Amino acid sequence: MDLQSGKPQLLSGNEAVAYGALAAGARFFAGYPITPSTEIAEIMAAELPKLGGKFIQMEDEIASLGAVLGASLAGVKAYTATSGPGYSLMQEHIGFAAMAEVPCLVVNVMRGGPSTGLPTKTSQADIMQAKYGSHGDYPSFALMPNSVLECYLLTIKAFNLAEKYRVPVTLLSDEVIGHMREKVVMPDPATVEVVERKQPTVPPDWYQHYPDTTTGIAPMASFGTGYHFHVTGLTHDPSGFPTERADEVEAFMEKLKNKEIRNPKDLTMVEEFMMDDAEVCIFAAGSVARSARQAVKMLRRHNVRAGLLRPQIVWPFPKIPVEAMLERVDVVLVPEMNVGQLRKEVERLSKDRRHTIKGLNILNSCMITAEQIVDRVLAIEYKPKTARKGGRVYA
Amino acid sequence: MPETVEENLAVEARPAQAVGFLAERPGIYSWLRVKKKFPHLWCPGCGLGTILGAFTRALMRLNYSKDNVVVVSGIGCTGRIPVYLDCNTLHTTHGRALTFATGIKLAKPHLKVVVFMGDGDALAIGGNHFIHACRRNLGVTAIVVNNSIYGMTGGQVSPATPLGKRATTAPFGNIEQPFDTCALAMGAGATFAARSTVYHVNLMEDLMCQAMSHDGFAVLELISHCHTSFGRLNKQGSHIDMLKQQRDRAVKNTPELDVDKARAEGRDLVVGVLKQDKGRREYCACYEEDIVRPAMGGKG
Repeated sequence: MDLQSGKPQLLSGNEAVAYGALAAGARFFAGYPITPSTEIAEIMAAELPKLGGKFIQMEDEIASLGAVLGASLAGVKAYTATSGPGYSLMQEHIGFAAMAEVPCLVVNVMRGGPSTGLPTKTSQADIMQAKYGSHGDYPSFALMPNSVLECYLLTIKAFNLAEKYRVPVTLLSDEVIGHMREKVVMPDPATVEVVERKQPTVPPDWYQHYPDTTTGIAPMASFGTGYHFHVTGLTHDPSGFPTERADEVEAFMEKLKNKEIRNPKDLTMVEEFMMDDAEVCIFAAGSVARSARQAVKMLRRHNVRAGLLRPQIVWPFPKIPVEAMLERVDVVLVPEMNVGQLRKEVERLSKDRRHTIKGLNILNSCMITAEQIVDRVLAIEYKPKTARKGGRVYA
Repeated sequence: MPETVEENLAVEARPAQAVGFLAERPGIYSWLRVKKKFPHLWCPGCGLGTILGAFTRALMRLNYSKDNVVVVSGIGCTGRIPVYLDCNTLHTTHGRALTFATGIKLAKPHLKVVVFMGDGDALAIGGNHFIHACRRNLGVTAIVVNNSIYGMTGGQVSPATPLGKRATTAPFGNIEQPFDTCALAMGAGATFAARSTVYHVNLMEDLMCQAMSHDGFAVLELISHCHTSFGRLNKQGSHIDMLKQQRDRAVKNTPELDVDKARAEGRDLVVGVLKQDKGRREYCACYEEDIVRPAMGGKG
């Protein structure tokens, strides 16, 4: 398919992910069929051979991510796409990628869970799995697109983060975004930033595969380029060899942790809508943010000064913009298609607990509507503890 | 035996001197991380040291460039082999070494990818990846070191533990039929299958050369011994006794071999090349000819 920039196209979210990956320079895909992500694998099987890339359907999702990591270590940008059950299986290798610092992208087109759940229905219940899914403490990176165009752009962004910080990154799409078709005008490829992996410049004898740099960004050699390094899932020293020495282990864990703490500017990506004068903030991500945006407009007609704060990078959690938002508003509604995974993160940042933070948690596998959000906001009993007096502040 | 602290220190100092000595030696030592990683962590008398020696000699004989050899392994005693080799080395997750190898080989077909796995690694947790790798015929060499037990975790029953033998998780004897690694590989479609024991050092080296030279997926099973766990739990004697058992149980694979007769005589380990099919095309070649060419508009 020919994607001409500047010309309107009708694309689905899954198609946009696939073309975004190609635009980012991905030339390896290993996957396993699973609804509702399979279209991504199908497009890759057809398109990658034309571009000198490789596609392989593996025997399961564990093997898929294993092959992706192998290709990435050989110097090829690689990714896989799956849904909840496959994402669970991939956790083993997400941990390996975090430990061995192998760049890769996992696209999780979320569906209803737990277990086999609802293959053709939508959900946002894998947000916490994207953070804490694998065992051990490791830095987590996840992005949530809310439109077809953003599926394209955030896929490229996800690859950029993976290659820059040498981490596994998750793109948390969902069934609604993945299968929704809408008009997209592709950006000019020249305007889209694509980050390539930093290559070592030192002679092979001096090369360390895991140096601790102040920026957290380290060059990475590939297999077959003359650098003879060792890669392991064991805790290792800067040269890559296993270590159990307490000082080396501590330095290593500190370095991993710092990946998501240093560079907060680079790792914060949020969209604000009508937040300038907002008294009520709707904090929503992914497909639900589409309804939330509509709800904000409807609430304004009810004379409620509502605004939308939408994280595009959901992990690391956008601490700075959320804290800034909590300084300005007293009421926050977090609508999400799970039992409250994002809401609890917002609550953690409400330090003096003066905020009224409510959730709208729809678990019936149906997309949350703007009307549901409006009704929920209007039903919030709110007694301001600060300067304002009286009943509902925004009525 | 050293008795005083000083004598102990003197003993500990010896490997460092040996390292200096080894580092000056040419040949196979150029393939080892002699200055960094030795002495190795395996028990004295373990077959893995012999296997590592044979492997480095095979690499020398094949005259491979260190830049192009990637050695991948899973978890367990066998999984520690790559750390001692001075080339591109990758120590992966338990059972999944073949999946990483698949990605490396497919992404960069010019690389020579060798995978080391133990019996538990390859046949239990990695069983699914093993049979599918055999089916695909990707040009990867899989060396399965079969010591009949999980060694690193202290002697648990494995899918290669013989019937009736004891393990810490089979204290009354194993009641499960073990896998025959080579038969499994051949049944799943591997185009090269061979077996050696650690006792047959020269045969092992020859078979490593043949397996790595094979254009397709090659499985080499190496019968090793774990005298520390399997031997102790099953009263098999020292590692020397277990090596002698390997010698006595082995029979060379020849066209005239009567397997049933040999087994009746107690020779149940058929060693040598068991299968080599040069007719089937390797996966990367298929990918180029059957997928890339039609995709680019050429005739398939």
